[in-house]
Amino acid sequence: MAVLTEKTVKEAKDHGRRRGREARHDIAQWLAALPYLAPSLIVFTVFVFYPLIRSIVLSTYATNSIGQMANFVGIKYYQRLLESPEYLNSLAVTARFVLYTVPGVLLVSLVLATLGNLRLKGIAAYRIAFALTLAISGATAAMLFQFLYHPNLGPFNYMLDLLHLPRVGWLIDPAWALFAVSVPRIWLQAGFATVVLLAGMQGISDELFEAAKIDGAGFWASWRHITFPLITPSLFFLLVVTTLNAFQTFTEVNILTKGGPVDATQVVVHEIYRSFYFNGQYGFASAQALILFVIMLVLTIIQFGVIEKRVHYA
Amino acid sequence: MSKPTHLRKTAGRVLLYLLLTVAAIIMIYPLYNGVVTSFLSPSNVDTYPPKLFPIEFYVQNYADALQQAPLVRFVMNSFIQSSGVMMAQLVMASLAAFAFAFLPFKGKQLVFLVFLSTMMIPWESTIIPNYLFIQGIQWDDTYMGLIAPFMASAFATFLIRQSFMSLPRDLYDAATIDGCSNLRYLVTIAVPLARPALGTLAVYSFLQTYNQYLWPLLITNKVEMRTVQIGITMLRDAEREMWAVIMAGVVLVMIPTLVLFFIANRQLIRGLTAGALKG
Repeated sequence: MAVLTEKTVKEAKDHGRRRGREARHDIAQWLAALPYLAPSLIVFTVFVFYPLIRSIVLSTYATNSIGQMANFVGIKYYQRLLESPEYLNSLAVTARFVLYTVPGVLLVSLVLATLGNLRLKGIAAYRIAFALTLAISGATAAMLFQFLYHPNLGPFNYMLDLLHLPRVGWLIDPAWALFAVSVPRIWLQAGFATVVLLAGMQGISDELFEAAKIDGAGFWASWRHITFPLITPSLFFLLVVTTLNAFQTFTEVNILTKGGPVDATQVVVHEIYRSFYFNGQYGFASAQALILFVIMLVLTIIQFGVIEKRVHYA
Repeated sequence: MSKPTHLRKTAGRVLLYLLLTVAAIIMIYPLYNGVVTSFLSPSNVDTYPPKLFPIEFYVQNYADALQQAPLVRFVMNSFIQSSGVMMAQLVMASLAAFAFAFLPFKGKQLVFLVFLSTMMIPWESTIIPNYLFIQGIQWDDTYMGLIAPFMASAFATFLIRQSFMSLPRDLYDAATIDGCSNLRYLVTIAVPLARPALGTLAVYSFLQTYNQYLWPLLITNKVEMRTVQIGITMLRDAEREMWAVIMAGVVLVMIPTLVLFFIANRQLIRGLTAGALKG
């Protein structure tokens, strides 16, 4: 058993004082940093964290028409979602939208970036043309395409006429509408994706290509064995971003089809919008919004966990 | 060089230019078609076949577009919203980035994670409480309602922090030893040196906000408070669809962002790729 001597008592007191000084020091540092962090933290609390918690609470309550919570319903809305044909349809539509747009964007931007990376005179002008959609919003893109899709006056059907193909009711035929809504999205995101891929391609050292050339590799061989593997991090980034963006799609659908015809383009966010904005089902819509959050979170984790292992980081 | 290989090289080059040109035409075509249509007189726009090339320069459509919807007001609303968000983000991100880059404090990692987590929460999943909140404090149909939710941004903070961290640490130490306060160091030294990153953020956040759709759609009801992306659809909802007038309106509201794209191309691209290049 330790005996308390004068010395140990003194040491303990010193230690305590030191601890106190350290704590005061920590607090002083915190007080110095707080004014710099507080503005952002306040905005995040009010518009991100608090609403997330309120969403969870809201999803377990029945509400009145202006969104005030009336009575607790537990997980009723979540159970109802599993049986709601509208909601299940919106999930399926969104999944198909992802399948159209994500490979579409990646493929188009791979081709454009490969072309834009060629060393030719005047290539800068082509790169600007490829990146032009960066400046264009979802709403204006949708308006531009609405005219392109016009049944009688639009250039798309005219081109089909020229090819002696039957005309298509782009936005009014349930079989075509989702595809038609996907095209402006692919067009818009291709600009951004091309810029990202070009940045990746330009980061590759010239020595690699020169060495390959000496070894007799042609364009395709260098592309397949040098360019492609080395831009996989950019491609991976784009895969994540375009998938998440596809899940958040709203603008094009709202302008071009309002979810129709017969819910053929009713994506998840548009279904959420319909539930709370038009039908006043705040709790039910909150449950849908939270499921969207979970799906996106899970997808991000899967993509980072599974695919990133196969990605080559230079 | 022997003649056949020379010829083959030229042919290959021509083919590449051909491919490039076709690709460029496809990417520009939707915009091009909008511009061509916006200059067609009513008799030409409503007749088959569609005009693929500019055949006339009928400017009246632009005057009609400005008359049919208060487009100038819409553009002004969007400018106020976008400038407000941009300035708030510049200030708030610089402040937070300063704390992360220069100030020592316990739990920095944790606070950083808190910032990071805001990027994992999609805006759409919290939009209902935000909508109810803004309505509750009667900020619907106000500029504050349009600006407030976007004033802070984790992405903006990281962008500026990255730039601050590239400044020599000795500079900060020397300045503070000489009695320079933190705030003074931030305002007079760090911010001027981080101008490129701040420029990137300014262009990026302005453009993102100008192009917003869902949030302004939810919280603006009065026509005079509509932002441009919502307002532009009003042209279409007229009794009879006048496609040349609609396209004129679309072209008009795109001009600010197209100008921004051409004068600040570098900043914009740097901002957009910042997330892609390891950060």
